[in-house]
Amino acid sequence: MSDLQTTKTDTGSKFINLLIELGFALFSILVALLVGTVFILLAGESPLDAYHALYIGSIGSWREFLNTLWRATPLIFTGFALALPFKAGLFNIGGEGQLLVGGFAAGFVGFYFTGLPSIIHVPLAILAAMAAGAIWGLIPGLLKAYKGAHEVITTIMLNYIAIQLTIRYGIDRFRTGGRQALPTIEESARLVRFVDMAEMPIIGQIPLIDVFALPGLRLHLNFILALISAAVLWYLLFKTTVGYEIRAVGFNSSAAEYGGISSSKTIILSMVIAGALAGLAGAGEALGTHHTFMSGMDADLGFTGIAVALLGRNHPFGIVLAGILFGGLTQGGLEMQFVGIPSEIVTIIQALVIFFVAGLQMLKWFLLKRREKGETE
Amino acid sequence: MSGENNYLLEMRGITKIFPGVKANDNVDLLVKKGEIHALVGENGAGKTTLMKVLYGLYDSDAGEIFYDGEKINMTDPQQAINLGIGMVHQHFKLIDTLTVTENIILGAEPRQGLAINYDRAREQVEEISKKYGLKVDPDAKIQDISVGMQQRVEIIKILYRGADLLIFDEPTAVLTPQEIDELFEIFNSLREQGKTLIFITHKLKEVKTISDRITVLRDGKSVDCVETSSVTEKDVAELMVGREVLFRVEKDKAKPGKEVLQVKNIHVRDNRGLKTVNGISLNVKEGEIYGIAGVEGNGQTELVEALTGLRPVEEGQVFYQGEDITNLSARKLKDRKIGHIPEDRLRRGLVTNFTLSENFILGFHHQSPYSRSIFMDYKEIEEHAKSLIGDFDVRTSSHNNLASKLSGGNQQKVIIAREFIQEPKLLIASQPTRGVDVGSIEFIHKQLINKRDEGTAILLVSAELNEILSLSDRIGVIYEGEIVDTFTAEEADEREIGRLMTGSGKEVKTGE
Ligand SMILES: Nc1ncnc2c1ncn2[C@@H]1O[C@H](COP(=O)(O)OP(=O)(O)OP(=O)(O)O)[C@@H](O)[C@H]1O
Ligand SMILES: [Mg+2]
Repeated sequence: MSDLQTTKTDTGSKFINLLIELGFALFSILVALLVGTVFILLAGESPLDAYHALYIGSIGSWREFLNTLWRATPLIFTGFALALPFKAGLFNIGGEGQLLVGGFAAGFVGFYFTGLPSIIHVPLAILAAMAAGAIWGLIPGLLKAYKGAHEVITTIMLNYIAIQLTIRYGIDRFRTGGRQALPTIEESARLVRFVDMAEMPIIGQIPLIDVFALPGLRLHLNFILALISAAVLWYLLFKTTVGYEIRAVGFNSSAAEYGGISSSKTIILSMVIAGALAGLAGAGEALGTHHTFMSGMDADLGFTGIAVALLGRNHPFGIVLAGILFGGLTQGGLEMQFVGIPSEIVTIIQALVIFFVAGLQMLKWFLLKRREKGETE
Repeated sequence: MSGENNYLLEMRGITKIFPGVKANDNVDLLVKKGEIHALVGENGAGKTTLMKVLYGLYDSDAGEIFYDGEKINMTDPQQAINLGIGMVHQHFKLIDTLTVTENIILGAEPRQGLAINYDRAREQVEEISKKYGLKVDPDAKIQDISVGMQQRVEIIKILYRGADLLIFDEPTAVLTPQEIDELFEIFNSLREQGKTLIFITHKLKEVKTISDRITVLRDGKSVDCVETSSVTEKDVAELMVGREVLFRVEKDKAKPGKEVLQVKNIHVRDNRGLKTVNGISLNVKEGEIYGIAGVEGNGQTELVEALTGLRPVEEGQVFYQGEDITNLSARKLKDRKIGHIPEDRLRRGLVTNFTLSENFILGFHHQSPYSRSIFMDYKEIEEHAKSLIGDFDVRTSSHNNLASKLSGGNQQKVIIAREFIQEPKLLIASQPTRGVDVGSIEFIHKQLINKRDEGTAILLVSAELNEILSLSDRIGVIYEGEIVDTFTAEEADEREIGRLMTGSGKEVKTGE
């Protein structure tokens, strides 16, 4: 055993691994789109036109790109909500429910309290959303830590309870019009939208801020919060004792226990933070996108978040990229419908991407194993 | 180049490079048909790597392999199995919830139409078991049988697949002395039936006892291949290490001080809920080593876990420096400077997916200087790692490597370094030299004696009676969850202790 050059090969192989990850992500999307052509042809449409529309609709223009980011925002958060517990060895399927209770709490605070200044109303609504989401994460966390109840079962059950509680009972209790929604939130509770930034004091002074002044654009502050959350999450995971403990429990809970780390506490904490993050997704939808909490608002964001986390390899920055990709699929899908592709086909293509992302992940593990055989175990 | 001689296996000029490390550097290994060939070398010398190349788990960067006179290009384990090469890994690859028979036939089931023919399977298992004296219970679940029997299951598994060349990577590390004797009987009967064995071990006595020829690796190179009968244990050790090795531990008489650990009549249950510690009392003083001698599985594991906060004490009390620490958490005990070298390094001692740096602070990660409140200081942590790697001679190319990439013995050194450097007042060391090479055993023993002389109280648990005898100032013999007798270093008599360990002394004791 002789020492060769060391640090260089370390960073080198890290970089190569990153490229491989990226390559695989793009490859799985490509395969999904290829398979998608079959369905488009079956529907008697032209794949070329369809994908042209997908491109135009998602990143074909500055405006559409911003819309893609807007669609991506909640997905990034629900992606985080899966990824963090996953690092501790848990599969949090409850993003959907956590998002719903968060959105409901935000929407409720948004319309119920009147006469508050924005500077108080917005944070209050956001905090309420995070707290509600956190509680929805806490419950399965507690059940797992102290009763050993499997988190997949409990979070799925809590999803149903959240739907009943917010969309059925909650909305019915407070709604005023015929719409399946809570009353519209106060203006003071709205999240700033990028369109309005040019007109705001101080922020309006930022050069080029008026590139966002596109009428009808719904991209709002929560996207910035998503980016900040990604950075915070990364720091939390890789630079703090909390992250160290989460990762230790996820890798080897017996060794973690030996190291004085309480698995129960770690499990609960990761679920609480995950719930709060999913709650933030709900807050953004209620306070930024719809200005109310309404039925259908969740739009399976929680479940798509699972695919986002998978594609993003459970890494905070990977999830941001994956979230934007899925945002683009949703946004571009609208354009596809616009040019006459049936909405079912659009849904199929989105499902194909999720399917191949998951499927090719397996293939990648297999191939990496083979490659590493020449190198590592 | 082959054909005339009687080599079953020829590995020539094998080179295997990992990022930053030449694990095998132009290695030759020549194994004759029907022999037991020992492969020895220091931790990280490249033994496991060489065997993984042979078994098709790694591709080599250079070199040729001939099997039965024919050049082969090994691509995967399936090919190795087809050729008749089988490997018993150091860490068994069995499925806990399946039965012995199910594990053996897994992936090679005898079929009757679409269904698995279990009767046929059982017959075959029993046949092999009888032929080589491999005693197993075909219907028991893996989780319920001893480590020794699990190993026999592994052996039957590869024989069932038709292996002629059997590779054993440190098979004795996890066995009790008695199980080792049984394993060697199996080795002999395998040899008699014409099988060829490659045997990796760090225990030179075993090499002398069972092997026909020895290949020695050092720093990734093959330095020699000798007839076992022509060398002594000392010769082999010198070939391995490149210098003379002291087999004896040199130490002065202990100067015990105040009592540090006091265990009062504790009772502990194992995972299955059975009481495996039945009222043990003992005490360890500053500056002494209290050794617990015993055959593995007599409650040592549970005793140690109970003292380190990993298992509840059901009855009785534990005092540390006068404070009642019964059932305190592992974290609280660590914070009180109680060090623990766990018996199972992969399950307890390391997070193998963490880097070395991260492993060097496991259990201390929440303490200064490695972190302040929740913020970790990775610069400090890396410096810490670098200095430990140097001081404890951990063979690795970087502190950023994952612990899983280290050789077994070097993994052990990481744990030793981590616990020693925190200057524990009480050190509970369980099997501290398991899987460690002779040179490192010498080093670790010296370190233990140094710690003792600095005033640390040490509770030593080891399945190696020699280790207990040469290090301990006082010895307690454990049998079926009780300390059946105690000795001072002067009175300790190997034969007497050996007898007590197997329970033959019990009646005498109760009769008193
Ligand atoms: N998968 C891997 N990736 C990188 N380096 C590795 C890998 N496996 C082994 N090494 C390195 O190769 C060298 C040889 O390791 P190997 O496991 O073959 O040693 P060994 O002789 O079996 O030692 P031990 O007696 O401690 O088990 C070591 O320096 C080790 O760190
Ligand atoms: Mg090895």
